[in-house]
Amino acid sequence: MFRNCFAALMVGALSLVSASAFAEDAKVTIDNFTFTPSELHVAVGSNVTWTNNDDIPHTVVDADTPKTTKSPPLDTGDHYSRVFDKPGTYHYFCSLHPHMQGTVVVQ
Amino acid sequence: MDQHNDLTTPNDNDETEGTSRRGMLKCMVWAGAGVLWTMKGGVPRSSLLGSAEAAVPAAFSFMQISDSHIGFNAAPNMDTNGTLQSAIDLVNKQKSGASLMIHTGDVSQLSKDAQFDTADQIVRGARLDTHYVPGEHDVLVDDGKGFFDRFTPNAPNGWYSFDQEGVHFIALNNVQNLKAGGLGNLGADQIAWLAKDLAGRSASQPIIVFAHIPLWVVSQEWGWGTDDSAQALALLRPFGSVTVLNGHIHQVMQKVEGNCTFHTARSTAFPQPAPGTAPSPGPIKDLPPGQLRSMLGIAKIARVETNSPLAIIDTPLSA
Repeated sequence: MFRNCFAALMVGALSLVSASAFAEDAKVTIDNFTFTPSELHVAVGSNVTWTNNDDIPHTVVDADTPKTTKSPPLDTGDHYSRVFDKPGTYHYFCSLHPHMQGTVVVQ
Repeated sequence: MDQHNDLTTPNDNDETEGTSRRGMLKCMVWAGAGVLWTMKGGVPRSSLLGSAEAAVPAAFSFMQISDSHIGFNAAPNMDTNGTLQSAIDLVNKQKSGASLMIHTGDVSQLSKDAQFDTADQIVRGARLDTHYVPGEHDVLVDDGKGFFDRFTPNAPNGWYSFDQEGVHFIALNNVQNLKAGGLGNLGADQIAWLAKDLAGRSASQPIIVFAHIPLWVVSQEWGWGTDDSAQALALLRPFGSVTVLNGHIHQVMQKVEGNCTFHTARSTAFPQPAPGTAPSPGPIKDLPPGQLRSMLGIAKIARVETNSPLAIIDTPLSA
């Protein structure tokens, strides 16, 4: 009985979380030295994956100082994923080609 | 005292053959087989060469290769080892009298030790003392330690200088700690080092500066320039003859400003488009068959005996 109640409570709690957050996967592509979309809006907890379609390597690096996250160099077809746990506006760029910039807005 | 003093000392009011030394000449882009670049009486001149064999009587010369991108394996070049080898073969044909060689960066595609090693082995075939600066592709891991350990063992930050036959060479690193939205970057530490390196030096000593990314803005939009290059160039302004050699843009471009001549060399791996002519600065992929090697090449830089200027001859791997 107690066990069933606990399970029901857990299900309720989980559905509450998912109802309020809509955490989901999101994608950013890199083509022609450009991040697309350049501004991405996601919910807290979302996993964002960048994919490099260029023949030239790129990186995804935190634009703030100090830099907290930095992807390894992404060769053609390589992916890099990051989960955004906290709300905020995250500016990033490519450390090889710093004119390439993007933003992830986490709500 | 020295015979080239009158030729290399800056003079604001001097106008020779109608060209102000201080005046910025039009940026010149050459797509031809080669460029001969000379300075006479302090005034730079250039002319297209029909032949790779055009000889310049030189007291001093050296070779430049750039952007070998070992590890790149896509259109238009599936064999960057082979094209680097062709470039070294061409160096060996042209190197008569050359004292040394410089490699202006992007030795590798992905900073991998195997890529550095392959490049190192091929470049050693030129049997010339070779001085390197890093490109952004060479410092992708461990803050460039793999590159510096191998190619600039006495300069852990990638900047250094040396003298060769009266010419002062300055190697600069403008590919690290780049800022979001910015261009290439030298940084305060390197500029302070440069000021110290130049302090007390005779203004008549010819200066060769080499770095990967151009020290003049070729294209803001594509990031082809260096944010704080003006500070470095200000330190070089007192010198009568300054030549700045770069790579990065995989095509020959030249500019003259006062006593300073800027020149970028071809890549040995793949060509890139002229600014504004393509959606991105990525490799030109759709080349007609057989055309690739005409867009790759090497450069030979010579100082002409009589006037102490420099002449630069760019030669493609094939016509």
